[in-house]
Parts: sequence; structure tokens; C-alpha cells
Amino acid sequence: MLLETFLPVLWPLLSAIVVLLAKSAGFKWQRAISFLAVFVLVVINANSLMVAFDLPPQVYALGNWVAPFGIVMVLDQLSATMVLLTSLLALAAMWFAVRQQVDQQGSHFHVLFQIQLFGLNGAFMTGDVFNLFVFFEVLLLASYGLLLHGGGRLKTRAGLHYVALNLVGSTLFLFAVGALYGILGTLNLADMAVKVANLSADDQGVVAAAGLMLLLVFGIKAAMFPLYLWLPQAYANTSAPVAALFAIMTKVGIYAIIRIHGTLFGDQAGDLSAIHIPWVLWLGIITLVLAALGALASRNLREQVAYVVLASISTLLIGVGIHSQEAMAATLFYLIHSTLIAGAMFLIADLIRQGRGEAEDNFIKAHAMPNAVLMGGIFMVAAIAMAGLPPLSGFMGKLLVLSAALDHADFFWILAAVLVSSLLLIIALARAGSLLFYNVLPKEQCHTVDGKPVCEAPKSLNIKGVSSIIGLLSVAIILVIWANHFHQLTRSIATQVFDQNLYQQQVLQVETIANPHKELVQ
Amino acid sequence: MEWLISIAIGIMTAAGVILTLRARTFPVVLGLTLLAYAVNVFLFTMGRLNSGIPAVINDVQTQYTDPLPQALVLTAIVIAFGMTAFLIVLALKARSELGNDHVDGIHLAKDEESLKETVPPRQASQSAGGKF
Repeated sequence: MLLETFLPVLWPLLSAIVVLLAKSAGFKWQRAISFLAVFVLVVINANSLMVAFDLPPQVYALGNWVAPFGIVMVLDQLSATMVLLTSLLALAAMWFAVRQQVDQQGSHFHVLFQIQLFGLNGAFMTGDVFNLFVFFEVLLLASYGLLLHGGGRLKTRAGLHYVALNLVGSTLFLFAVGALYGILGTLNLADMAVKVANLSADDQGVVAAAGLMLLLVFGIKAAMFPLYLWLPQAYANTSAPVAALFAIMTKVGIYAIIRIHGTLFGDQAGDLSAIHIPWVLWLGIITLVLAALGALASRNLREQVAYVVLASISTLLIGVGIHSQEAMAATLFYLIHSTLIAGAMFLIADLIRQGRGEAEDNFIKAHAMPNAVLMGGIFMVAAIAMAGLPPLSGFMGKLLVLSAALDHADFFWILAAVLVSSLLLIIALARAGSLLFYNVLPKEQCHTVDGKPVCEAPKSLNIKGVSSIIGLLSVAIILVIWANHFHQLTRSIATQVFDQNLYQQQVLQVETIANPHKELVQ
Repeated sequence: MEWLISIAIGIMTAAGVILTLRARTFPVVLGLTLLAYAVNVFLFTMGRLNSGIPAVINDVQTQYTDPLPQALVLTAIVIAFGMTAFLIVLALKARSELGNDHVDGIHLAKDEESLKETVPPRQASQSAGGKF
């Protein structure tokens, strides 16, 4: 029983309570405590990651109830990587929010932020399907609050769609969990995998249906075709740090597919083995094509970034759908890259929107923005990384995914989808960059925005917090320089993901703490 | 008893789906509530239907019903209530900010006409600020 197995979940909850209590002490205190808490969380999660790479999966039994009867938290290499990734992204988003004063636009930003981290870390570390549902609800409720933070018509409309859709998703989740419990009689993931292996032929249909219903639920979270339409609206209309943090939210869906479906329908499952794989692969390919077209058709930068992020998610789905250890390693490599760069992309889009005054980030001719060289420079780096051009890590990730797909039967379609969509994304981002930075109006000329003439560009641009963008973008360079090292790490994670026996053994053989007062109780 | 409960769940789910697909926020809230009820009853029945058998172990009883679904339902009910309350507040906020209770906000020509007659103060001040 190690501290590392529950501290990543417990710490944000405690910080949220402290931040809430600090309200009476003033906003500055709330802000300082919250930022410090995220920083400490990064350290805690980095430590957990090291533990996860040293030891086999570690299990924490809540309330000393052993699996499969109690709820367990599982720290393995995959969950440790995901929590560390979350906290790194959160640190950058928080720094940007503090420097740009976004957190002052409404109340309780920091409390919601910490609760969001609590929900995310919990969802990554839980070993129980119903507990996954509970953590999903925690992170969703916090995300509703963050999405609507600051208010405004468009935010409210996007938020209403987002909330209603996710409530339908939650209902489907419960239906699937109920059906699985009705047949398997357990909700512990490792125990469910054991039960699926010994399933009678009559019950296989129900378990398959429930499993695919779960895929639908995770598809909503991961924005998989045809369930992606909420994403561009929601991400384009919320504030930049929140959108950046939401880059990890879609990855929760991917993670859940890897974890739940990978374990439930693993090699041991007989006829049910890998039944979700063709769905994930083909829906991923369709999503990728539609995301690339959506990026071309976008009318403003933030919407385009949302579609570019959607493209990266669908590349991940394709990687999962190829279904091999090599592909899983490539997918995880691309996941680390795309999460952090997508976060940077949303922050850049917000700064560009501020710099263009009334024209905002719409793709129309406007006056040159202040700090155009700096903004254009980081936009170019981010666009190269996001579209997957060499020499940055997006190229590396896509190359790894494609090389892992070489032996796959549908290699042609995977190759065609990834390469054509990459080309379309490059065209879309190049068009955006040239429109925003090169195609500028002369100083004396006016342009019209919503029927009103605008003759002046903003004099200055508040670039405070740009360091968090640069920090996130530097990951694209670090991932390339130590690509071999990182690929070895993701390979190790992939090996552990596919090693079902080890996971089941660790979870089901966890020992409880001996009670020293046992005699007294009896 | 089984067929009665299954029919009840089916009707509630169907009604919930139909209401959720409506374009106004109030039917959507009602639909999601019905769906939540349906799923709660569904979860409850997944422990198999028994009547008159306790879920808590004691010395007298020899037969027990499965207590786990009851614990699950309890959690699910609490979460569903919380979420529904949030959705109602959000729907009210959307009604006041978007001008009507359509889930997409203002989009009918008639709504826009009626809005012109009763312009909210915030929009009026904005348009005035643009002119001067």
C-alpha cells in the first residue's frame, strides 16, 4: 500500500477544499494556493510515474475492502502517465489563466479547476467500472462550471448542448454498467475480465451489447464520429485556459476505451475478444476525414483549432484500432504530443483573437496585430507540430502509427486517411496563418465587422502568460530529441497494457492492511 | 412481476428519448429526468427481483437479495438529481440570455421579430455604444 497509489486523486480534492475555504482570505490567496497545489500535484504525479515504472501495478483498496468486493485504485504505467500528463497541462493552463486574469471573470474558477483535476485523476486511476462513472460525473460537473465560467450568450448555448449530450451519455453509461453487472455479477474490471473468459454462449450477446454501448459513451467523450458535433462549438466558445485543459478530456474517452475494452475484450475473452476493434478503427478513419474537412471549412481560428484537435483524437482512435503492441506504443507517444500541443494551440488562438481587436479570430482581412512576429512564430511552430510536419513530434507520432499499421489488413485505408487528412490540415493551417498574419489591411483603410466600420487595430497585446505556450511547445522539440527514449517508455506501457494476467493478478490478490485491534473488536 | 417492470422501464425510456429529442429546453429536462428514472429502475432490477427478502445479513434470515445494486442506485439517484438541478438552472439562464427556450437560442424569424419589440437592456446599451 503505497502513498503514490491514492495521492494523485486525494491531493486535488484536498486542495479544492482548502481553496474554497480560502475564499474569505481573498482572491489572491485562493489563486496562490491553487497554483501551488497544481505545482505540487506535478511533483506527486512525477513521483507516481517513477514508482509505476519500477514496480508492477500497485493497488489501493478503498476502506480496506479487497477486490472484487470493494473499490480499488490502480496505479500502473498507463494511468501514471495519464495523470502526469493531466497535471502538466493543468499547470500551463493555470499559469495562462492567472497571468491573463481569466480566473477573475467569474467566481470559483480555482475550486472548479481543482475538482476537475480530481475527477480526471480519479477516472484515470480507478479499477472499478461504476467508480469510473462516478468520477466521470465529477469531472463533467466541474467541466460544466468551467465551460460556463465568465458567462455570455455563446457560452451558454454551447454549454446547454454539452450538458444535455453528456447527461444522455451518463444514462447510457448506467444502462451498460447495469447490464454488465446483471450478467457478470461484478463491477471490478479485473474480475469482470475473469468472468468474461468463462462466459456461457447465451450471455455473450448481452455482454457484447453492453460493451459496445460503453464504446458509444466513451465515443461521446472522445468525440468519435458521429458523436463529435458538440466539440467544435463547446471548445471554440469557452475561455482559452479551459479549452486547453479540455484537451485532456477527450483523451479520457480514448483512455477508457484502452482500459475498459482492452481488459474486458482482451485475448482471454474467446468469441468476444476484440469485438470493439473494427468499430474503433473505422469510426476513427471517418472522424479523421470529417475533422480535416471541418478544419478547411472553419470560419474562425478557434473553431479550426477544435477541428485540428478532433483530427488528432481520431488518429489516436486509429492507433487503438490497429490493435497491436507496436501500435499502442505509437498511439501513446502521439497522445502525449497531441494533448500538450493542442493545449498550446487553444492558448495561441486566444492571444491572436485578442490581438486582432474587433475582427477577433475570424478569417477576414484586418489590421496587423501587435507582436505579430512573436505570435506568428509560435503559431507556425504549433501548426507544424499539430499538422505533423517534420521535424517536430507530430511527424514522429504519425510516422510511428503508420509504421505500426504496415502489417494491418486495411493498411491502404489507414495510410490514405492519415496522409490525405494531414495534407488537408496543412492547407487549412497555412491558410489560417497567411490570412491572420500576412493578409493585413493598410493602416488608413477601414473594414466592417458586423456592419460597423473599424479603422484601428489594438495598440498593444497583453502577452503575459505566453511562457506557458512556449513551455508546452517545447514538448514537441523534447519529444523529438529524446524520441527513442520516450518511445521505449511508451513501449513499456503498451506491453503492460496488453499483459492482462499481470493486471488481474495484482488487482485480485491485493492484501488488506492487518487490523492490529482485531482481537479487541472480537 | 418481471414483465411489468420491463414494460415500465421500456415505456419510460421511450418517453424519455422522445422528450429529449424535442427542441425546447423544458421537454429536454423532463426527458432526461425520465431517462434517469428508467435507468435507476433498470439498475435496481439487475440484482434480480425478489420480494420480502432483506439485503442486510442477520442471524434469522437464510435468503438475501443482492445489496450492491441498491448501493449503485443510491449513488446514481443522487448524481442524477444533482445533474438535473444543474440542467434546470442552465436552461433558465439560457432562456434569459438567448431570448427564448429553444435549445439553439434565437433562430426563428418570428422570435427575432418579437425580440425587436422588447429589446433587453444589455443589447440596447451595446448597440447604442456602437453608434456614438
